[in-house]
Amino acid sequence: MAALVTLGVLAPLGAVMARADWPPSLGPGDLAAIRFTLVQAALSALVSVVLAIPVARALARRSFRGRGALVTLMGAPFLLPVIVAVLGLLAVFGRAGWLNGALAGIGLGRIDIYGLQGVVLAHVFLNLPLAVRLILQGWQAIPAERIRLATALGFSHRDMRRHFERPLLRAVLPGAALLIFLICTTSFAVALILGGGPRATTVELAIYQAFRFDFDLGRAALLGLIQVAICVMAGAFAFGAIRRQEVGTGLDRPALAWPGDRLLARLADTAAILAAALFLLLPMLAVVLRGMPALPSLPPQVWEAALRSILLALSSTVLAVALALPIALLAARLARPALVEVLAFLTIAVSPLVIGTGLFTLIRPFANPVALALPVTGLVNALVALPFILRALVPAAMAAEATQGRLADALGMAGWARLRHAILPRVIRPLGFGAGLAAAFSMGDLGVIALFSMPGQGTLPLEMYRLMGAYRTDDAQGAAVLLMALTLALFWAFDRGGRFDAATR
Amino acid sequence: MKHTIIAAGLTVVAGAAYAQAPVLTVYTYDSFVSDWGPGPAIEAAFEAQCACDLQFVGAGDGAALLARLRLEGDATQADIVLGLDTNLTAAARETGLFAPHGIAPAGLTLPIAWDDAEFLPFDWGYFAFVHRADLANVPTSFAALAASDLSIVIQDPRSSTPGLGLLMWVQTAHGDNAATMWEGLSDNIVTVTPGWSEAYGLFLEGEADMVLSYTTSPAYHLIAEEDAGYAAAAFDEGHYMQIEVAGMLAGSDQPELARDFLDFMLSPAFQEVIPTTNWMYPAALDPALLPAGFDTLIQPDTSLLVAPDEAAGMRDAALAIWQSALAR
Repeated sequence: MAALVTLGVLAPLGAVMARADWPPSLGPGDLAAIRFTLVQAALSALVSVVLAIPVARALARRSFRGRGALVTLMGAPFLLPVIVAVLGLLAVFGRAGWLNGALAGIGLGRIDIYGLQGVVLAHVFLNLPLAVRLILQGWQAIPAERIRLATALGFSHRDMRRHFERPLLRAVLPGAALLIFLICTTSFAVALILGGGPRATTVELAIYQAFRFDFDLGRAALLGLIQVAICVMAGAFAFGAIRRQEVGTGLDRPALAWPGDRLLARLADTAAILAAALFLLLPMLAVVLRGMPALPSLPPQVWEAALRSILLALSSTVLAVALALPIALLAARLARPALVEVLAFLTIAVSPLVIGTGLFTLIRPFANPVALALPVTGLVNALVALPFILRALVPAAMAAEATQGRLADALGMAGWARLRHAILPRVIRPLGFGAGLAAAFSMGDLGVIALFSMPGQGTLPLEMYRLMGAYRTDDAQGAAVLLMALTLALFWAFDRGGRFDAATR
Repeated sequence: MKHTIIAAGLTVVAGAAYAQAPVLTVYTYDSFVSDWGPGPAIEAAFEAQCACDLQFVGAGDGAALLARLRLEGDATQADIVLGLDTNLTAAARETGLFAPHGIAPAGLTLPIAWDDAEFLPFDWGYFAFVHRADLANVPTSFAALAASDLSIVIQDPRSSTPGLGLLMWVQTAHGDNAATMWEGLSDNIVTVTPGWSEAYGLFLEGEADMVLSYTTSPAYHLIAEEDAGYAAAAFDEGHYMQIEVAGMLAGSDQPELARDFLDFMLSPAFQEVIPTTNWMYPAALDPALLPAGFDTLIQPDTSLLVAPDEAAGMRDAALAIWQSALAR
């Protein structure tokens, strides 16, 4: 892991640093940018996980028709390219959006989305799905036997909270919040567009400015180092707050109805699911409605780019899973697995612009980086996806080690047999989820290809941006729908695959 | 005997290398090389006459292009850099990477005189606020815009060349009063986007009455979409220009070919592609040859442009004014 992070993050950072004038110094607005970045990311993470709790609880306790489809669809915002998500949000919450239209229709004033509230709203929109899924996993980790026991003991609503929910949330919330916090610290376009102007300058934008406005590589690298520091400190804080979930051993029997259910709880769950579905799906619906008409007549280059993107996403996913699985299994047996994960988090906490620029200078002496644009993009995408897979995988792997692992050791199982029979069945579901995230992420992210592009090599997000940049907004919106559909399909295929293969369920 | 074989082998290798057409590498901004930009048509037209392989390499926008070049320094593979604008040429010249083009351009159709030893213009345009044609009370100056309750979307000068262009526009038109003007405009600004695409997208979605773009933007809607519903507002102060230029690298291994390309760049085969792919005015094309529809565009009386050397010096002060006025 250390080697990977060095390769993917620290070496590029060092390469940028090496090209800079010494000593580097921060610019006038940089401290304000750091402050704003921390405030908006902390708020976004906090609001995301707090709102995710009732939604995850409701999804864990209720089963209804279409629940699986809803869970998958509700994940869409997280998988979308930022600009598509922003346009979708604005169609609902913007000045000319549905909400303001409705408010004006009943004679009420207009809400203003631009400002810190808009930044947080957008980040919650983008990350609530991730928070819900990560917390939902905590619920799903409770063995059915425990719930049976609780039912037999006549546990009330309050007993369930005390004995199950609180320890579970203590175990999953800090990690989920940390992940979202770090994603939001490198936010740039969302923060600027919805922040309403230069007040909403983030560290990432400051890096952009240092790099291309002032060509001050030292400042860019220094700001990258500050991102590393933010990541390490936030990681120490969050993992310090994690209390391991003592889930106990189970036989992986199917889940049962939640004990201590009441009418009030049922109503609250229904409200939480409805509210989340409306909040997450309406902007998606806006994107689909806007883009559908252009879908059948999309230019052939867009379809070629789509194929390229799918292949790229699949290779990134294979690579990411091949890296993540051994790391997670090793980490699960360590005394301090958090350290490994914090290292992995660096890949999302450090500016893609700095990493891309660093990689570019590192590759140049040996090969033409432009010719390697697609492989490099695939590699970087895999590294960036690593923390998501690990966050999904490590807790499950730890639980498997603590329960079935011990049993397997007692039975003298080792090697492949131990992995195949004791550990894999327990991590396959989070692995599928993580692989789905990796694939979707690689599919939807613009990635470093924007720095290395060459004609005829564009990925689907890049082609979409190119269409937008050439006034072809209708085609761009059509491409966005295609991108959304493909990304969701990839995510669904992996996530679903994880569920099917859970042989013990 | 052995030697002859080796010699023969070498001849074959050398022959193969010779038979391969020389490669001309042109660094440009990404939207130029995209399938919807001028790149493909220009590549085909030049390759038809040069017996060479023209390879475009895209890198973000104009500013990213310059950053990329500075990063690569002497070792760059570029023979030509195409797509810097006059706000960037001073910094580009300072790198010492560019060679004099040695071409006396004839037939330039810029509204200003051109005299630059390293850079030649290939297209140009005026920045302008674009609005829907049915907008009431279209402002005729920055002051009128600031006094109105019209909403606008602009781009961030730190990450976008049009954003920087607006900064220079306000600075040249209002000089010492630029700060007051920006304070007046601040309540009209709905938001600031990282690049042109996002701003234009927001405008098309109805988030603002006007967007910072070019006087030529309505031509896209008119020609490509047959929609006459867009217009650019003419401002009394005059309009700031963007002139996009290209230059050849001193370290190029194909100096002849590079010069041929710059010549070609000012010929009709290149220039005729520009209006309906880059949606800018070509720098050396008889206005009578512009596509139908371009005649409907507004023609500013005053063209504003800061000389490249001064632009570099003005930039940082103008940015500080902008930031402090909008941070309130």
